[in-house]
Amino acid sequence: MAPEAVLETVGLGVRYGETRVIEDISLTIPKRRVVAFIGPSGCGKSTLLRCFNRMNDLVPTARVTGQVLFRGRDLYAPGVEPADVRRAIGMVFQKPNPFPKSIFENIAFGLRINGFQDDIGDRVEASLRAAALWDEVNHRLDADALGLSAGQQQRLCIARALAVEPEVLLMDEPASALDPIATGRMEDLIGELRGDYTIVIVTHNMQQAARISDDTAFLYMGELVEYKETQRLFTNPEDERTEAYITGRRG
Amino acid sequence: MSPGAPRGGRFDTRLEARRRAGIRFMWLCRLAVAFGVASLVVLLVSLAADGLPALSFEFLTSYPSRFPERAGIRSAILGSAWMLALVAVMSFPLGVGAALYLEEYAPTNRFTTLLKTNIANLASVPSIVYGILGLAVFVRFLALERSLLAGAATLSLLVLPIVNIAAREAIRAVPDSLREAAYALGATRWQAIRHHVLPAAMPGILSGTILGLSRAGGETAPLLIIGALTFIAFDPLSPMDPFTALPIQIFNWTTDPRGEFHALAAGAIVVLLGVLLMMNAAAILIRNRFER
Repeated sequence: MAPEAVLETVGLGVRYGETRVIEDISLTIPKRRVVAFIGPSGCGKSTLLRCFNRMNDLVPTARVTGQVLFRGRDLYAPGVEPADVRRAIGMVFQKPNPFPKSIFENIAFGLRINGFQDDIGDRVEASLRAAALWDEVNHRLDADALGLSAGQQQRLCIARALAVEPEVLLMDEPASALDPIATGRMEDLIGELRGDYTIVIVTHNMQQAARISDDTAFLYMGELVEYKETQRLFTNPEDERTEAYITGRRG
Repeated sequence: MSPGAPRGGRFDTRLEARRRAGIRFMWLCRLAVAFGVASLVVLLVSLAADGLPALSFEFLTSYPSRFPERAGIRSAILGSAWMLALVAVMSFPLGVGAALYLEEYAPTNRFTTLLKTNIANLASVPSIVYGILGLAVFVRFLALERSLLAGAATLSLLVLPIVNIAAREAIRAVPDSLREAAYALGATRWQAIRHHVLPAAMPGILSGTILGLSRAGGETAPLLIIGALTFIAFDPLSPMDPFTALPIQIFNWTTDPRGEFHALAAGAIVVLLGVLLMMNAAAILIRNRFER
């Protein structure tokens, strides 16, 4: 039996002005799996990711066609509040972007704006623990978040996202600005979160995709070329474009 | 070696000549700086020489008088203070609000682009034109008479484009990654603005506002047009009172045929300059404090 789909796109297309970025993409993201999007720069994988939490709304020229279903409900239907979507579908960006505030306030912000009713201090601790950051920062929660290392900042961004209880975590090349050690920690963390969250991760690093994901989708020039279990995609690609990309062959 | 690598061309590097050309240019730039500094020093020294003797506690606390030894700038200082406070109250919310709308809410289309271009044009409209507008709209049409409020409203028109442009630049300088971070956590547009965009832009907004206010504090022409009085022998107590202001008082004294009043004008200029320099210093201080 196929696992339950959390996210599903139906004939999804995005244009920025006159430029088509992705076209006619239909795929499902199964519940509590780690799905990686790979493909060359400009293939549309980040754009696709940003459709899942309506982040493309912020680009004035972006036009989205087709459907994105979250638990069967169209995210782009009239009356859907983007703020509500984004709380349920969190996001971590390529460059760590903590708020220029204390570590504590970075996490408390999402709680406050969403009307969190329980103890904020407890939730801050739980979120930092879940993001494997608590032991490093518990003695300096009031310190400026910008004073943390890049890897710590990125884990803080994950903690911040987890605090508001998302069901899905979107990650847009979350380790590309990190050194190898911080990258390793990030991958370990994703391993720990697997099973609790549905994770969609965009990455340029194919070894990373192979290490951390259950399923992998290969996009090429705005098109979904191949999407299957990571193991099978890397060992037995069906499309020659996929094979050329994962073996590093060009032209 | 790759087959096409270019080799064997001749170069005349003229290193010495290039170095000398660089030094010549640096000296030209130094000269330009020296010219500016020298003008400023001459201005300040001659002002101090003319104006400092006129400065005294009595000069600051006395009303104007037709006897130069008894004349002071009390009502002008109070008028300018009232004026700047009223201008700040009017131009800050309007200028910043419009800036937030244009940068955070409005779509980018032909209309908003036209709007932004025209705000830039408004910032360069001669101040006397605002005076005429103020006279027609505030003094006559809204029947505010020659009050502080009419003067402040007129100067607000003048300052609004400056505040708006400074605020928009400050808002644009807030990195999108900060907005994205807030939105990604489920913030509404207003929550993102209120908690992140505005605080990050505030130093730039404040220093732009102070620069705008110091511009208003030094304006004479629009106030003359709307009919600020030159002789006020009482303290302005409400926005509806008639008023004078430092630049008006200075203008009045410099046009007086009696030479004793010219020294008083120089004294008032020193005071006005001091106030404006302090306001600009405050703007720089605010900017530095928030920018780490």
